Amino acid sequence: MRFVDEFREPELITKTADEIRRLADPKRHYRLMEVCGGHTHAIYRFGLKDILPDNIELIHGPGCPVCVLPMGRIDDGLSIAHDSPVIFTAFGDMMRVPGTQGSPLEHKARGMDVRIVYSPTDALKLARKSPEKHVMFFAIGFETTAPSTALTLMRAKAEGLRNFSVFSNHVTIIPAIRAILDSPDMRLDAFIGPGHVSTVIGCRPYEWIAKDAGKPIVVSGFEPLDMLQAIVMILRQLNAGEARVENQYKRVVPWEGNRSALKAMGEVFQLRPYFEWRGMGFISQSALRLRDGYAEWDSEQRFHIPGVRVTDPKAAQCGEVLKGVLQPHQCKLFGRECTPEHPVGALMVSSEGSCAAYFNYEHRKTASMSLVSPTA
Amino acid sequence: MCLAIPGKIVGISSDNQNSALVEVAGVRRTVDLGLLEDDKPKTGDWILIHVGFAMSKISEQDALDQMNTLRALGESEAALEEVRGYGLGEGENRKAG
Amino acid sequence: MAHGAGGKASRRLIEGLFVPLLCPTSSEPLGDAAHLEINGTWIAVTTDSFVVKPLTFPGGSIGELAVNGTVNDLAVSGAKAEVLVCTYVLEAGLNTAVLEAEIRAMAGAARKAGVAIVGGDTKVVEHGKADGMYITTTGVGSPLPGVQLAVESVRPGDKVLLSGPIGNHGITILLARGDLDLEAELSSDTRSVFPLVEALAREVGPGIRWMRDPTRGGTATSLNELARDCGLGIVLYGDQVPVCGVVRGACELLGLDPLHIANEGQFLAVVAPEHADAALNALTRTPGGEEAQIIGEVREQPAGAVLETTPYGGSRIVDMLVGDPLPRIC
Repeated sequence: MRFVDEFREPELITKTADEIRRLADPKRHYRLMEVCGGHTHAIYRFGLKDILPDNIELIHGPGCPVCVLPMGRIDDGLSIAHDSPVIFTAFGDMMRVPGTQGSPLEHKARGMDVRIVYSPTDALKLARKSPEKHVMFFAIGFETTAPSTALTLMRAKAEGLRNFSVFSNHVTIIPAIRAILDSPDMRLDAFIGPGHVSTVIGCRPYEWIAKDAGKPIVVSGFEPLDMLQAIVMILRQLNAGEARVENQYKRVVPWEGNRSALKAMGEVFQLRPYFEWRGMGFISQSALRLRDGYAEWDSEQRFHIPGVRVTDPKAAQCGEVLKGVLQPHQCKLFGRECTPEHPVGALMVSSEGSCAAYFNYEHRKTASMSLVSPTA
Repeated sequence: MCLAIPGKIVGISSDNQNSALVEVAGVRRTVDLGLLEDDKPKTGDWILIHVGFAMSKISEQDALDQMNTLRALGESEAALEEVRGYGLGEGENRKAG
Repeated sequence: MAHGAGGKASRRLIEGLFVPLLCPTSSEPLGDAAHLEINGTWIAVTTDSFVVKPLTFPGGSIGELAVNGTVNDLAVSGAKAEVLVCTYVLEAGLNTAVLEAEIRAMAGAARKAGVAIVGGDTKVVEHGKADGMYITTTGVGSPLPGVQLAVESVRPGDKVLLSGPIGNHGITILLARGDLDLEAELSSDTRSVFPLVEALAREVGPGIRWMRDPTRGGTATSLNELARDCGLGIVLYGDQVPVCGVVRGACELLGLDPLHIANEGQFLAVVAPEHADAALNALTRTPGGEEAQIIGEVREQPAGAVLETTPYGGSRIVDMLVGDPLPRIC
């Protein structure tokens, strides 16, 4: 596969890992946060931790839009599809995420019309084909995905297609990073920046991280060589006492971002004053809702939603794992009450959440760790 | 978040300039070009696909540059090692080649 | 119930509910077929149900799956399928042309596999049940001489062989459903693997420790079952697992793992290390086995789990599937 295989070349990976080993000062312990869930997934999938020196610690950030979605919002979305002849559509990622009455797939088993779509345009197509039904698109994702939802809504409006609406759970990345940096127990040296979000927002929005917080941030691609190269660039900055924004993912990320995408987002969405992030609490100006001009296509305005807040059990230590204070297996519930099959907290819910990724790919590698296997 | 994959444009719809047929390792899907208004890609270009939309054009030059940078990693260091091995420039940070 | 996709949920249902109630005296680990002695003659017997949507797809249809699936279960238990009986559960209103096509498909698949269909039953259920039709086949076969499969005989150093590229069937079905609007030149790999099993048995017979056909839940699920049943670790050489370009492309695009995708024409075999090369040769020189590979080996650690390694020294645990493989965008 072009533009994929080259960045998985084993010899070059070994060479880059050697360079990392050479650059990593044995007297230092480096704590790097990768913000994006896609990076978390890549780290585990490619076994990158195995080839990094022990004094480089990778801490998994909050960039998993499924993980940070409060359970109450899932209940709200599902309640819309209960009350009327509505088709609930969403990406595959959402299908097994539990609400208080079960996940979308479980609702499907009980008779709700639930369909997986690969693109919001597929949901729109479904609406065109099924004029007697209402198609609701349960939208999730950061700035990578929001422009696509925006453009789809612009098309729906232009066509006057009335049997289509979007339940927006889009969130923005900068406030999440700010929340991490503002946290008093935060101990991070640098960030591996989200490569695909940056194709939309560019690299400028990260400048304050370097200037004000004094942390290097390198925007990185998702192949092994991308992430390893980003780590090389970070180490060089840290060793030289620098803090800058750099773009490792040049082949795809424009420094100034994608003007069309930002324009579409601005036309359709506005910032909510605040939004709850599961495991992190309320964060202001961190999520998107539809503008008044799109009220007719806003599921929250078309339908009544319960809007009940569901809190996670206090025992779930998601917040501390998110900030890098705890590693997944150090949470008391990890592997016992909380597993990917029956997740208790945010980070176990999606396959790229830190705890789920660790559980699926990593924890049994350490023979010395003994975890009680959960009963059915 | 953000699973996005490189794909090649193999055709653009004649009725809709925003609709392209894209191929990834033999798998084909219609992809929306609406987010690339400013720099419209054409047939044969490689783009990054996310949820059925083209997010960015892929720069073959930048990809090549990246590979070259990576290949050169450690080469100056290797040359330095060689120089030290000859007993020259002990303790000096001599730039090689 | 998420139990249909194979993997953890299915296994728990079977082991937690069915086995204790239906076969309380059995202490055998679950296999693909039962081998038993009746009045001095050894026979192998197995049964399987086939539920697929859509009923026909590139490379085959439910009828072919129903024959090959059961023939393969017998084959990987070390037996040659001799006869099948089949049951059809048909949805009222099913188009007779569709039904006829499936019966023909079954007849054709049976002829190709060298197995006779000697009986069956039909039931019709209400419209809205049965997704068109469900087929169950029960197969009886004769155990192959010289093959003694026992998961307890698996030991560190044994090699894991795979008969050919994985993921073709599951991805074909996913694309054929049409929800994801993807097109590709890809067909299901449904076929009888018996000729390959026979070639393997002829070459190394007693050297085969364990075999399985990785259907629902994919290669990962079968290997996890093996790891669990023998209490050892399976190490997979990630770059040696054969996957065709299209399956790889579809999996990358949808965020799926080929190791979790269903196959209908492949099998895994664990073979003593001194026979591994001969075993591989036996497969690659048999028509249909050209892409067979040694994909891994058995080790002490990680006990009870499957580990995939990369050529540059990275590794990751490969878990059993929980429910269906779902496309993701994150």
